[in-house]
Amino acid sequence: MREELITSGRMNLNIDPVLHIWHWQIPVYLFLGGLAAGLLFFAAYYTIIGKEKKFTTAVKFAPVLAPVAIILGLIALLLDLKHPAYFWQLYTTVHLESPMSWGAWVLMFIMPISMLWVASYFKEIFPKFDINQNIVGKMLKKVIVKNDNKEGANWDWKFEIIRKFEINFIKNRKPVAWVMLILAVILGVYTGILLSAFNARPLWNSSILGPLFLTSGLSTAAATIMWMSDNHEEKRTFSKIDLMLIVIELFLITHLFMGFLAGSEAKVQAAQYFLGGEFTVTFWINVVIIGLIVPAILETLELLKFKLPVMVPAAMILWGGMIFRFIMVEAGQVTRFLY
Amino acid sequence: MRYGMAIDTRKCVGCADCVVACQTENNIPIGYTRDWIAELNEGTYPNLHLEIRSERCNHCENTPCVRTCPTGASHIILGGIVKVTHEECIGCGACIQSCPYDARYMHPDGYVDKCTFCDHRVANGQEPACVSVCPTHCMYFGDLDDPNSEVSKVVAANKIKTLAPEAGTKPQIFYLV
Ligand code: SF4
Ligand code: SF4
Repeated sequence: MREELITSGRMNLNIDPVLHIWHWQIPVYLFLGGLAAGLLFFAAYYTIIGKEKKFTTAVKFAPVLAPVAIILGLIALLLDLKHPAYFWQLYTTVHLESPMSWGAWVLMFIMPISMLWVASYFKEIFPKFDINQNIVGKMLKKVIVKNDNKEGANWDWKFEIIRKFEINFIKNRKPVAWVMLILAVILGVYTGILLSAFNARPLWNSSILGPLFLTSGLSTAAATIMWMSDNHEEKRTFSKIDLMLIVIELFLITHLFMGFLAGSEAKVQAAQYFLGGEFTVTFWINVVIIGLIVPAILETLELLKFKLPVMVPAAMILWGGMIFRFIMVEAGQVTRFLY
Repeated sequence: MRYGMAIDTRKCVGCADCVVACQTENNIPIGYTRDWIAELNEGTYPNLHLEIRSERCNHCENTPCVRTCPTGASHIILGGIVKVTHEECIGCGACIQSCPYDARYMHPDGYVDKCTFCDHRVANGQEPACVSVCPTHCMYFGDLDDPNSEVSKVVAANKIKTLAPEAGTKPQIFYLV
């Protein structure tokens, strides 16, 4: 018999009886960060290989969601802080060893780039946008646009400097795409590294988490693009990409658990939570079956020319990705070395 | 200089005087604590073994809590004492996640708090509050770098262990077993 317990009644809030210092905010932040990273990755990638004409959803439309996701993610992170008023302290230092720190910085850089990216396609996305008609238009007219019929659209930027910047930005889309691609990969990997940096939690202490979160983020983004696209060929391409990502994800998940089972006692115990323990049902049903296997089957059927609404597998993948992050954050806090 | 502690599990009776002394000395909010007592029961009858330990932050040599802190609020001061600057802490919880001993907690005022080895007392040449009240004198505090300090001698002369060494943090609190 071996029994170890705290007898002086330590009951620190959110620490005892099991650690629960991170709630819904961190998984949501990780999910949105991964989604944004994936969307920007595909936009940058298809620009770099010169296929922006073919993959219009991936390059022009879907990235609109990225800044929205990043801002919502940052709000979630802010809600997690117990002292949000000191939030700016994140930006007074750079601690490369702290994933929280460099993640905050990557978001800081990727946010303006993604916004400019979207803005630079604004004229193309809304060629008939009439600034005299709706509220948004009227508001923009007051601040930043003017009524001046130059190149087809009935509006243009009010300030010369913005016009010049826009022209330059559009000319240099490729180099910008390279920067965005690199930042997107860093952001995607970061969402996994954030957890794996915490050696104290056996479940998170695995180098597989980085690539696994990156793959999962890319696959949620591919699902979103697939869902939004109305071009048949683009849909097919992203269906294929998604299928490939799902296979990689299944491989990484297997690898993750095999690694745990071959590891120290604490890691074997961590894996047990998923192989018979508390999280078994939630994990295998929501993440593996609903989030990976069923969409993979549906997508294969679709590629074999069966007619299916693409929305179904896409929604399942997004659901699986979200639940995956919730479970990882939740279960990681339960696993421990002592007591 | 390297501050550390030796705690004799054979003398500790688990009275929790150290817990109360810390709460009073450091004005810990009700319902929270920086130190605690753990009991380990091992073996099968009649070969049972009981070990009682007074535990707190181990002021580790290798500090994941300081490394993962994004703002630098968690830091190390002279003598290797790990501290948190309250005004710099944003309450992100990263350091709490990274401590294998769960030695940190979130103060209701929104910053992270933990054992300081009573550095305010140590600076005046006193011992930490927990050490000074222990009725069985089972705790030793001092400079581990000085081979002539009491704590170094106790550590050298006895069989010792640290907690969860597999976590790799190199704790500076040694338990005599
Ligand atoms: S015991 Fe925990 S809080 Fe204390 S120094 Fe070690 S890792 Fe940091
Ligand atoms: S909670 Fe405070 S001390 Fe801990 S890592 Fe975050 S900012 Fe640093």
